[in-house]
Amino acid sequence: MNQTNRKVWGDLLFRGLTALFAAGIAVIFFAMIVVLWQQSQPSIHKFGFSFLTNADWNPVLEKFGALIPIVGTLTSTALALLFAIPLSLGIALFLAELAPAWLRAPFGTAIELLAAIPSIVYGMWGLFVLSPLMADHVQPWLKAHFGFLPFFDGPCMGIGMLTAGLVLTLMIIPFIASVTRDIFLMVPQSLKEAAYGMGGTTWEVVRDIMIPYGKKGIAGAVFLGMGRALGETMAVTFVIGNAYHLSWSIFAPGNSIASTLANEFTEADGVVYLSSLIELGLVLFLITFTVLGLAQLWLRRSQGVKK
Amino acid sequence: MMSKSVRRRLANSVALTLSTLAAGVGLFMLTWILGDVARKGIMAINWQFFTELPAPPGMEGGGLANAIVGTLLMTLVAALIAVPFGMLAGTYLAEFGRNPLGRTVRFLSDILVSAPSIVVGVFVYLVLVKPLQHFSGWAGACSLAIIMLPVVSRTTEEMLKLVPPEMREAALALGAPYWRMMAGVIYRAAGAGIFTGIMLAVARVAGETAPLLFTALNSPYWMQGMNEPMANLTVVLFNYAMSPYDDWHTLAWGAAFLITMAVLAVNILTRLMLASKRR
Repeated sequence: MNQTNRKVWGDLLFRGLTALFAAGIAVIFFAMIVVLWQQSQPSIHKFGFSFLTNADWNPVLEKFGALIPIVGTLTSTALALLFAIPLSLGIALFLAELAPAWLRAPFGTAIELLAAIPSIVYGMWGLFVLSPLMADHVQPWLKAHFGFLPFFDGPCMGIGMLTAGLVLTLMIIPFIASVTRDIFLMVPQSLKEAAYGMGGTTWEVVRDIMIPYGKKGIAGAVFLGMGRALGETMAVTFVIGNAYHLSWSIFAPGNSIASTLANEFTEADGVVYLSSLIELGLVLFLITFTVLGLAQLWLRRSQGVKK
Repeated sequence: MMSKSVRRRLANSVALTLSTLAAGVGLFMLTWILGDVARKGIMAINWQFFTELPAPPGMEGGGLANAIVGTLLMTLVAALIAVPFGMLAGTYLAEFGRNPLGRTVRFLSDILVSAPSIVVGVFVYLVLVKPLQHFSGWAGACSLAIIMLPVVSRTTEEMLKLVPPEMREAALALGAPYWRMMAGVIYRAAGAGIFTGIMLAVARVAGETAPLLFTALNSPYWMQGMNEPMANLTVVLFNYAMSPYDDWHTLAWGAAFLITMAVLAVNILTRLMLASKRR
């Protein structure tokens, strides 16, 4: 073999090898869906679509419905987004426009460090520090002032949907805030200067120029945080209360898909029980796949604007 | 009746104050959580904590030595699997990835980065634990590797793309084959960045709990080998924090302190390293 030939073969081999491993990532992804789908067959077969709408979760009678974990997942995530979106937008605005230059880098790092703290530490802190605080001060106050609303009904136990939502809020703030800051920083200087030149106040420039300019990216950032919150396990498992009943009250304990899996998976005996849990996992994976897919789509489009 | 200009200025100050307040809340929460973890955790840290096995409930003392070893070992094995795999995949994305395969893998990696880690645990349970009928350190390491993989491949891609095209052209002009150019020039140029990404990925999986719950499980004994259930800090933390014993709560705070400090140290050090490199 001459040298040119060897070079061609070497390059082909290199390209083939890297392609193999890149394809490996896709294979793992699809293998996850296929394996989860196959192993949830006993449950899919037995319960069909009613699995998604049934609120029974009874291991003794082997009757399983995912409604309560699904509602719990969506409720805790919705609460988290309710608090996290305004806070993150505020932080992003502070980092991009208001903070003095010397403060931006260290402060940005501090916010990103919130994302580095392991989720189990958030959960433990939520259980031992935040929950007692909620039970003794926050929930009684809310009940005294807004108790006529069904959302603030029931005993103040500390653990429950509201606390889970608050812990999730802390965990997703760094994701939404740092992506939104980057999007604010992508707004062309000339656009902002033009608006300032017309006499706009900082807030008006943010509201009328920066937010509309970056709205796809901000939507992407929010969906990214939402995807994180939907699948978060340990932090939620500690504080959500692990109870199977539906309630209008956000003080009530509940369950999320992830916390159900964390609590029950190793104890599941019986084919139907285990495969119902696996089907829950599949449902969670498909929901987060959709949400994170939309997030990527929007984030990419907003980056396309930059180029 | 307020004049329009006063109203606009008022709206402005309200918005800016709220924004600064939000930033203050963020910083306050960070210091609050870290402060609690440090205050409660440092009491549990002593010589025993690092050298002894867990004590049964009610007994004094005991440590988490086996869990520390287990976490280090599983994280190391996960890195040994995920780093070469992820770097090769990332190389493809950076160098040859402008095609449907590249686009698909990039999209799926970005989703896997944020995908629920507990589902990865379920998947590995079904593939490696259920068929073999036993929990194992290998299964734990594999689920951590799956979580690391997309992070490593995406950072590798980003870092390779930052290498100036002139360096590639110079190497290729010398007649180097593509793979020689990559191995001898490009990986070296991107090395510091890739290393940073790997360290951040390691720090992230070292604090993961959910994927270990049904794969490595836990164990009160010294390591019996990678084929056996393996103690690890995060699952121990979970079990101890959920237990009714005060001694165990103290140890759990100790574990939380140890994990948090290690993860934050890696994060801060790699950031400082990157910053000094850029200058």
